[in-house]
Amino acid sequence: MIPEIGHFALALALALSLAQALVGLAGAQRADARLMGAAGPIAAGVLVTVAAAFACLVWAYVANDTTVLNVVQNSHSLKPTLYKISGAWGNHEGSMLLWVLILALCGGAVAAFGGNLPSALQARVLGVLALVALGFLGFILATSNPFERIWPPPMDGQGLNPILQDPGLAFHPPLLYLGYVGFAVTYAFAVAALIEGRVDAAWGRWVRPWALAAWSFLTLGIALGSWWAYYELGWGGYWFWDPVENASLLPWLAGCALLHSAIVVEKREALKTWTVFLALLAFGMSLLGTFLVRSGVLNSVHAFANDPARGTVILILLAVYIGGGFLLFAWRAQAMLPTGVFTPVSREGALVLNNLLLCSIAAVVLAGTLYPMFADLVLGEKFSVGPPFFNTAIFPLAVPLIGAMTLGPLMPWKRARLFPALQRLWWAALAGLVALVLCFAIEGYRVGPALGFGAAVWVILAAVADIADRIALFSRPRAAWARAKGLPRAAWGGALAHAGMGVMILGLAGMGLATDTLRLVKPGESVALAGYDYRLVGVADAPGPNFSARRATVEVRDGGRLVTVLTPERRSFPVARMTTTEAAIHTNWLADLYVVLGEEREGGAVLRIHHNPLAPWIWLGAAIMALGGGISLSDRRVRVSAPAPKAVKAGARA
Amino acid sequence: MTRKSRRLWLLLLCALGLGSATALTLSAFQDNLVFFRSPSDIAREAPKPDRAFRLGGLVETGSVVRETAPDGKPEARFRVTDGANGVAVTYAGVLPDLFREGQGVVTLGKLGPDGTFRASEVLARHDESYMPPEVADALKKSGHWNPNQGAPPPAATWNMLEPAQAQPRRGS
Repeated sequence: MIPEIGHFALALALALSLAQALVGLAGAQRADARLMGAAGPIAAGVLVTVAAAFACLVWAYVANDTTVLNVVQNSHSLKPTLYKISGAWGNHEGSMLLWVLILALCGGAVAAFGGNLPSALQARVLGVLALVALGFLGFILATSNPFERIWPPPMDGQGLNPILQDPGLAFHPPLLYLGYVGFAVTYAFAVAALIEGRVDAAWGRWVRPWALAAWSFLTLGIALGSWWAYYELGWGGYWFWDPVENASLLPWLAGCALLHSAIVVEKREALKTWTVFLALLAFGMSLLGTFLVRSGVLNSVHAFANDPARGTVILILLAVYIGGGFLLFAWRAQAMLPTGVFTPVSREGALVLNNLLLCSIAAVVLAGTLYPMFADLVLGEKFSVGPPFFNTAIFPLAVPLIGAMTLGPLMPWKRARLFPALQRLWWAALAGLVALVLCFAIEGYRVGPALGFGAAVWVILAAVADIADRIALFSRPRAAWARAKGLPRAAWGGALAHAGMGVMILGLAGMGLATDTLRLVKPGESVALAGYDYRLVGVADAPGPNFSARRATVEVRDGGRLVTVLTPERRSFPVARMTTTEAAIHTNWLADLYVVLGEEREGGAVLRIHHNPLAPWIWLGAAIMALGGGISLSDRRVRVSAPAPKAVKAGARA
Repeated sequence: MTRKSRRLWLLLLCALGLGSATALTLSAFQDNLVFFRSPSDIAREAPKPDRAFRLGGLVETGSVVRETAPDGKPEARFRVTDGANGVAVTYAGVLPDLFREGQGVVTLGKLGPDGTFRASEVLARHDESYMPPEVADALKKSGHWNPNQGAPPPAATWNMLEPAQAQPRRGS
């Protein structure tokens, strides 16, 4: 019964979305206040119905209702409850439902908190969001109904892929989707602005927080996924330039460009067409990511669906939303007049450079991701593009990007000179240079990590210099505290996010110095790596809730001192007939000691041991970046409505 | 700055960004494309010795030998086959959890002068019924398997079978 209610709620949400789209767009076009006012309550209705459908699916999973095909394929009664719940979105149908739920949440948020928006803009945004929801609800109902029944019901489900049974991965999809779908809102704002033919500071003031929130969630989601790959897959790496990873990096890059150019719109009313373009692009990349991951064109743990019909439908949706958006852009972009002066050397100039470089990196990643697929389809040639491609192609673009992100915040708006900004950064530059030379001195001739350490120190200290400069810490230290309290949170958030990037680069540079070894050891024997002794004590059986494991006990000693005891495992899951490796990791924040248990033979066990310097700083840096985004979001100017555009101008344009 | 010159600047900058991205992409593609080769492809035309490529096929049944080098480093030797031809592979590392005889596998590495493929990575990271698409394609090309008729036959029987006689195993 409950799955049918869920199915019905989805159908109801589809009908309500259709109504919301019609009421919102037609109402704004006719300037009919009653129609426009109805869009908000309908959006709330869509939210309630989609949430009800989602709750029904979660109920089916928690109750292990084996008459529901989706539950049978992806769950099992012995699974811990957390993974029963997360299993609801650990598959194609459920994850699409989660996608729509988050979209409905965004629609509800625009309806609830958009009271200070011009009513026509709000109605149009809600209308466009409803159009997006319409497409995806139709897609779910037509090709991937999560509530499909199976008769006769099997005794139990087939279980969830064991490597997905992990707390990190339980929250990875919701965070990632909050990011992906958040860009649907900026897309809706962009389309609404194109229909109205007007972009002003008020528009920028609304778009920037949405872009910022989506970007922050996406940062967290990507970091969580990368962290999961690091500790769960047991390969010792954190980023593999896998197409699935690139699919999430693309909207991140576009979104990063968008939130920076939205600042220019808000402050200077310049770069309007470019910002609208980026808003379309960011959502386009999100949809492309959804298409790549969900259509089955990629083979990976994410490719649940190998059903070409679904891929075709998502491709059509992609073409309609992105093609439609860009057609509208080509037709209407002329209508948006830029105002204000614009010189290349200024803060807005640095932001343009940042945009340009981020988009170039995105273009490189896009080419590297899509070209193998394209070549397979068109040329019939099978090849892949690995990390060396991305590293060599992106490095030359990342260097000036890091330069721009340190100098940009120190430059004033409108007109600036390069020299005074450089002057305020000399000590940061010096420290970076010292870090670079130190790395050469200690680690020998390792160009990549040395440059990384130099860049990291330079970026972090430049963020510190930025804040020190704004609160006049050195010139008037007594007033600094008062100035620090008065400094807008957006400034703190921005500096923190930039520093977070620096921390992440520090981690990446450290991982450039990672070492590993592989050895067959018998109990009592030990292996030395990077100053630590790893002694295998023994391997024993260890039971688990829905798996059985072989657990090795490894003592790690530094000289004679016992540092830690690591217990890597190999787990075998009888239901899924799979074996997974659980790496054991001990971190002292300067390095991760990482041990993987391989096969057992000849009375011993194969151990793979990694020494990963500064590895945790990669994800710590990402978390700091997201925190910076959050602090920036709590800025006063986000809560206070923007000044209304001058009435005369608005009248003249209408 | 006038509107016209501003637009010119914007176009120039976009062209610069796009141009540099294209140039970097193309130059990086030149050295870093990793091609996929089946054992039959290698038999037909030996790849350049210093260039890494991906070799895929089924792990031949009975071919897997796990050894330990004198310094304690474990090494695995096995043969990858697509029915018509086979290639010997050596790999120093932990074999993935799903590595099994008779199962589809993709390896990354270089071909040595003695015709042995030295793998730096072995990928078999999916569930039991999964077949890497490249491998499925290579098997279809060599005429040993029609995927519409079920799972692939056991790899051990492949070298003996004529393509026409290959009987699909059902219901696995």
